[in-house]
Amino acid sequence: MGWIGDNLGLIGGLGLEHLRQSAIAIVLGFALSLPLGWVAWRYRLVRGWVITITGLLYTIPSLALLILLPTIVGYSPISQTNLIVALTIYAVAILVRAVADGLDSVDPAVRQSATALGYGSARRFWAVELPLAGPVILAGLRVTAVSTISLATVGALVGVGNLGYLFTNGLQRRIIAEVLAGVVAVVVIALVIDLLLLLAGRALMPWARPDGRRARRRRVRAALPMGTTA
Amino acid sequence: MNLFLDALRWIFSPERLEGSYALPILLAQQLYYTAVAVAIAAVIAVPLGWLIGHTGRGREAAVAISGAARAIPSFGLLILLVLVFGVLRTPQAAIVTFVLLAIPSLLAGAYSGLEAIDRRTVDAARAMGMTEWQILWRVEVPLGLPLLIGGLRAATLQVVATVTIAAYVNLGGLGWPIIQGIPLRRFDQVLGGALLVAVLALVLDFLLGMLQRAVVPRGLRETRSGRRAAPKNSADPAPRAAVAAG
Repeated sequence: MGWIGDNLGLIGGLGLEHLRQSAIAIVLGFALSLPLGWVAWRYRLVRGWVITITGLLYTIPSLALLILLPTIVGYSPISQTNLIVALTIYAVAILVRAVADGLDSVDPAVRQSATALGYGSARRFWAVELPLAGPVILAGLRVTAVSTISLATVGALVGVGNLGYLFTNGLQRRIIAEVLAGVVAVVVIALVIDLLLLLAGRALMPWARPDGRRARRRRVRAALPMGTTA
Repeated sequence: MNLFLDALRWIFSPERLEGSYALPILLAQQLYYTAVAVAIAAVIAVPLGWLIGHTGRGREAAVAISGAARAIPSFGLLILLVLVFGVLRTPQAAIVTFVLLAIPSLLAGAYSGLEAIDRRTVDAARAMGMTEWQILWRVEVPLGLPLLIGGLRAATLQVVATVTIAAYVNLGGLGWPIIQGIPLRRFDQVLGGALLVAVLALVLDFLLGMLQRAVVPRGLRETRSGRRAAPKNSADPAPRAAVAAG
């Protein structure tokens, strides 16, 4: 354990870098998924295509994607951009479906009431549909955040600096503590971000709090895709 | 685009069939690790998932553990286990890593398959005098099979994609040309390996997708055809990205 004490600075620095790369990918993925998910939900024909294409994206191994993308787009494989773009693609693949499923979960009667009250489609989306779809989207966002943070370590294999460096370096130098520190740091960051998202969801969506029986049932259903994807 | 041609040339070059790193051997290694790990994981996770689904107990714990497991980077776990087990037991370390990776999806597939069954169907079976074993084997397991195969599909894709990193600890597999090629800047073989892994993943996904459709019980196919069944079955790919090579 002496190694960890001597290298707290290194672990902290790599952890921050790791968090920064993951956070950019998660935010970008979320920003792209909202309009894409809405389109997939709104237009049934497009939906099949969007679901199929995002499903196919999943099947590409991350190491392969980290090599294929720079080849197609033309930037350096060892750049952070490469890792962030790859992580964003995986994030979009999970989130587009979560957004579409979330919008699906909005009761059509509520949607009609909003229309009857004079809400235009834009205002209805922001004020009624998106908030009600929130719990399902949040479940997808939490899955995305955790898996993105965990997946980012693969970047070390193509030379991007983050906590994954502790794995490659630890293996070369045969320092178990270094690898263990990396694994623990990744898990801690992922679980902290997951917790923050959960708390943010509670604060922003008080109606989704699991206090009543109905609320709990809805939450269980919302969690189902998450469990399936675990 | 030239690089793509180079990669294809690399894949189809006759040299790829020679030596101990011939492509058929690497492919066999990739499939071997995937099959062994998924099989062991299934033996552990499926009975446990059925137990959770049948009794309705322990679901919260299973969800929490699956969620936490997703946070563990497989790449780091593999290296950690290789160092802990020792160099001579590298294959075992890899199998353990991939088994742990496959368990959450299979577990979720097993219990959510049982949970998704209409309670009235189970109650009807019980009212007809079926024992709990009969309910499990003749009612719940067949009805839960599509979601279980969905879990198997997700687990297989996660593992087959992640086995790529086994090459980093000298276990061969299709990741070998990638891992070996990166420091040498041999991008034709890196891209060739990447393409092969992606194609393998797509083929396995397609085959398991067919299987998933084939196991839908006849009774369900008639009542719940097409669209209604589709969204639930297709809810499974999310796990794949999660672990595409974590």
